[in-house]
Amino acid sequence: MLYRCNFMSNSTIAAISTAQGEGGIGVIRISGIRAIEIADSIFKSVNDRKLSGLKGYSAAYGYIVKNNETIDECVATVFREPRSYTGEDVVELSCHGGLFITREVLRIVLDEGALPAQAGEFTKRAFLNGKMDLTEAEAVADIISAKSKTAARAALCAKEGALWNRIESVKKKLIATAAHLSAWADYPEEDIEEVSTEGLNAAFLEANNTLENLLSTYDKGQIIKEGIDTVIAGKPNAGKSTLMNMLSGHDRSIVTEIPGTTRDVIEEKALVGDVILRLSDTAGIRETEDTVEKIGVDLAKQRLKNGGLVLAVFDSSSTLDKNDYDLIDAVKDSQTIAVINKSDLRSEIDEEYIKSRIKRVVKISAKTGEGREQLEKLIIEIAGTENFNPSEGILANERQRQAALNARDSLKEAMETLRMGMTFDAVGVSLEDAIGYILELTGERVSEVVVDNVFHNFCVGK
Amino acid sequence: MNYSAGQFDIAVIGAGHAGIEAALAAARLGCKTVVFTINMDAVGNCPCNPSIGGTAKGHLVREIDALGGEMGKTADECFLQSRMLNRGKGPAVHSLRAQIDRRKYSDVMKHKLELQENLELHQAEIVDIKKNENGYTVTTRMLGEYNVKAVIIATGTYLGGRIFVGEVSYESGPDGIFPASFLGQSLKDLGLPLRRFKTGTPARVLRSSIDFSDLEEQLGDEPPIPFSYDTEELGENKVKCHISWTNEKTKEIILENIKRSPLYGGKIEGVGPRYCPSLEDKIVRFAEKKRHQLFIEPCGLDTEEMYLQGMSSSLPEEVQVKFYHTIKGLENCVIMRPAYAIEYDCVDPTEMKATLEFKRFAGLYGAGQFNGSSGYEEAAAQGLIAGINAALKIQGKEELVLDRSTSYIGTLIDDLVTKGANEPYRMMTSRSEYRLVLRQDNADVRLTPVGREIGLISDERWKKFNRKQQLKKEEIKRISKVVIPPSDEINEILVSRETSPLTTGAKLIDLLRRPQLSYEDLTPIDKTRPELDNNIFEQVEIEVKYAGYIEKQLRQVEQMQKLENKKLPDKTDYTEIKGLRLEAQEKLNKIKPLNIGQAFRISGVSPADINVLLIWLGQKRR
Repeated sequence: MLYRCNFMSNSTIAAISTAQGEGGIGVIRISGIRAIEIADSIFKSVNDRKLSGLKGYSAAYGYIVKNNETIDECVATVFREPRSYTGEDVVELSCHGGLFITREVLRIVLDEGALPAQAGEFTKRAFLNGKMDLTEAEAVADIISAKSKTAARAALCAKEGALWNRIESVKKKLIATAAHLSAWADYPEEDIEEVSTEGLNAAFLEANNTLENLLSTYDKGQIIKEGIDTVIAGKPNAGKSTLMNMLSGHDRSIVTEIPGTTRDVIEEKALVGDVILRLSDTAGIRETEDTVEKIGVDLAKQRLKNGGLVLAVFDSSSTLDKNDYDLIDAVKDSQTIAVINKSDLRSEIDEEYIKSRIKRVVKISAKTGEGREQLEKLIIEIAGTENFNPSEGILANERQRQAALNARDSLKEAMETLRMGMTFDAVGVSLEDAIGYILELTGERVSEVVVDNVFHNFCVGK
Repeated sequence: MNYSAGQFDIAVIGAGHAGIEAALAAARLGCKTVVFTINMDAVGNCPCNPSIGGTAKGHLVREIDALGGEMGKTADECFLQSRMLNRGKGPAVHSLRAQIDRRKYSDVMKHKLELQENLELHQAEIVDIKKNENGYTVTTRMLGEYNVKAVIIATGTYLGGRIFVGEVSYESGPDGIFPASFLGQSLKDLGLPLRRFKTGTPARVLRSSIDFSDLEEQLGDEPPIPFSYDTEELGENKVKCHISWTNEKTKEIILENIKRSPLYGGKIEGVGPRYCPSLEDKIVRFAEKKRHQLFIEPCGLDTEEMYLQGMSSSLPEEVQVKFYHTIKGLENCVIMRPAYAIEYDCVDPTEMKATLEFKRFAGLYGAGQFNGSSGYEEAAAQGLIAGINAALKIQGKEELVLDRSTSYIGTLIDDLVTKGANEPYRMMTSRSEYRLVLRQDNADVRLTPVGREIGLISDERWKKFNRKQQLKKEEIKRISKVVIPPSDEINEILVSRETSPLTTGAKLIDLLRRPQLSYEDLTPIDKTRPELDNNIFEQVEIEVKYAGYIEKQLRQVEQMQKLENKKLPDKTDYTEIKGLRLEAQEKLNKIKPLNIGQAFRISGVSPADINVLLIWLGQKRR
């Protein structure tokens, strides 16, 4: 087994550094002191030149060869330390995309002595070698995993400091308050302005409000970055799977004419405008004896409650039955779009009833794609992202949100302490906690959690 | 011709507040110790204010006492008036301060040194320290050579001391005592980089020349509270202090003559304390302030000298007379000793480990103003730790480092050796991040077990300490059980304290949790209350009332300790860690922090550098 711990800076690491899956080109990145040597052992350039003879920033064309067998065509790009992403010697092998070939090439590279890179290890090394600071590293992680254009823009903004400015104002205010408290306690016999309950409360409230505002941008930011949880619900054979396939662009669920063929919650991502939908196609909601299907149905009901967006699918070719009425009842308090499917068939359905219960209704044919644009418009409207300004400064990830939440909670505690009539030294404990969390948010205070959290979020290969 | 004057384990240079604690601790731990004072009548001198304690400094005195030091006991013996400062601001910042009889303080301390077993007190100026095979040779002006295993330098403001009063300047220690003029060169030859700090003191004036009739009085607390956990009772306050204010006229005179101040005239190169500024400093820096407060404090019971707290100055004597005369009550005051500024040599404390031993000179220690601090209490705290560590090291025992979460002493030393001092370092409550845990009332709980382990706490005191902890436990148990039924009597108390009356019975402990209620308030209805030491009630009340906040702070301590527990290898060459910025590499190589926590407190080491260190440590471990 090769999976022993490999986080030694003198080790050489490798990973597939392009998105795994289909794609024109797949890149295997090798970094470390043996990067060029390892690449040379498996790469044969067409003009028989060794990579070790190349300068930095140069490339060679050739083949990946193993046991005299040619695996793939390849362009090898050489970077010399410190002028590379990681600051070490780096070789990037650009092969043909596709999971099989890239994995095969990686396997050969590992056979030659490179160790598989851990999550975020390339960036960790870049960071260790002084190529970037922590907040930059964090922003890089976001950019890498950004799934839409707006998300990438928001990630760039975090890096350039829009968030920092808003946090900075809160931080300054609180530090000034803490300093006043200190001076007032340390110099009891000099005339230092009295610290008053009202003054403290006002300062805490102001900071609290700024944090609340900031936190409220998080959900929008999350929608941009992570996508919106979307449940597709409806009675068996209403066309849920077909809708899902229409949105995500390829066949995923088993689509049959027999009710109850979709048994598990299947997840898929679809890009609608700038909004990522995290679709789950659920087993149809209906009473069932089949235990396997029952599990699927329970899971589906649960998702209905948790989902950010519900697409309730109805079959326009049949009249509303008990299942439909139950569904309407279940989703009427959620953010729901009623999708009346099969507009290509003769309509038998009571549209007016649906419209009286669910505000947004759209008619489509999942089969022909008719009504798709209208559906997308409604989705974007619900996601509320059309007016979203990424440069406003948002909390970019869960770590930052947690720090902001903790800071806000500490401020609430401080205000509660004031209200109870406790002495100011007790108030100070919560105030300093709040400041600590804000410093954690801005990267000015270190706790290992921060570092671990940040690096935990890197995908392998970057 | 030099002569051999003796062999000792430890030599202490200086018998001020640092030297005294160092010498007593070393001798009490069984080391043969010699302590040198430049003038036998200047042992334990208080050349500045006639008081011990104050905000954060009161904490230090309590901690010194809890560890087995002497300052608190002597302050109690010489007390004139005692006040608990910050009473309304919460237990974390309560600070004890006592006016003391300064001559008596000096006499009592000298006598304690004289009586101490294993200790010799000599009047001698040390002119040279040299390394030898077994330790150091220190030489006196009288050519006596002492061979010792360890040396503790506690030279205060004597080392290269120079006094400034306007245009007049001369070499001198404090209070007209001659300075240590040769030792500085010897230390430089040894390789210690010295620098200049300055401090100052106000005039002493004749009591009978002051008109107290219109001045506000400042009285002590009744009953006054002692510093030492050993002192049972202090008796009554013996003196009053008075408060007066400067005015526009004072300001005018000072500004007219500001050029004659050696500080503003550029004659003083030493850096003065921002936290204890001279009057001219205050007037220049806070120009918008119309008046400044001063306190008139008696220097003792057998003297008519009065100290003018807050009025230190280095203006010419002639100007001093003029401006002091503008102040209400001082219109006709007779100045007995003029105010002066004093400049002296001290060392960069980042040269030292947290044990106060020099990194580059095994067996050489520093304490007090020599280390860049200011204040009697800060000096005594360092003296105690230097004395303890010199003794422990000679005896081959593990040395003592108090971390920041244990004490103000630990905080003080960590600040000095980690961040260094750009000006005389004064202790303040805001220097500690753990104020609610590091209270003056619980110094014994925090440190007496440490003092016991080292060997500075007697059996008798240890027994007393344990008894107190037992009684405290029992009292907490009692108030957790006793239920107070609703009654007119209790509800009257509650309403008068603006807290809600009882409708059903309430446990005593729950009543005490209410911020509005104190033990004292509950006396009339608490029929089963035992007779206990006040300090026990104080601790119980704080621990009950602030339980949630204390717990929160303890979690903060835990967080810090996670970083403190990440030890950095002694021999690390930080220039080899490429991710560190250049400045951080240099600072880390100089300070050689013990752990990540300390590294983070070094100025010039950024959070990004710490992240690099954390990851670097992570890969080393694997």
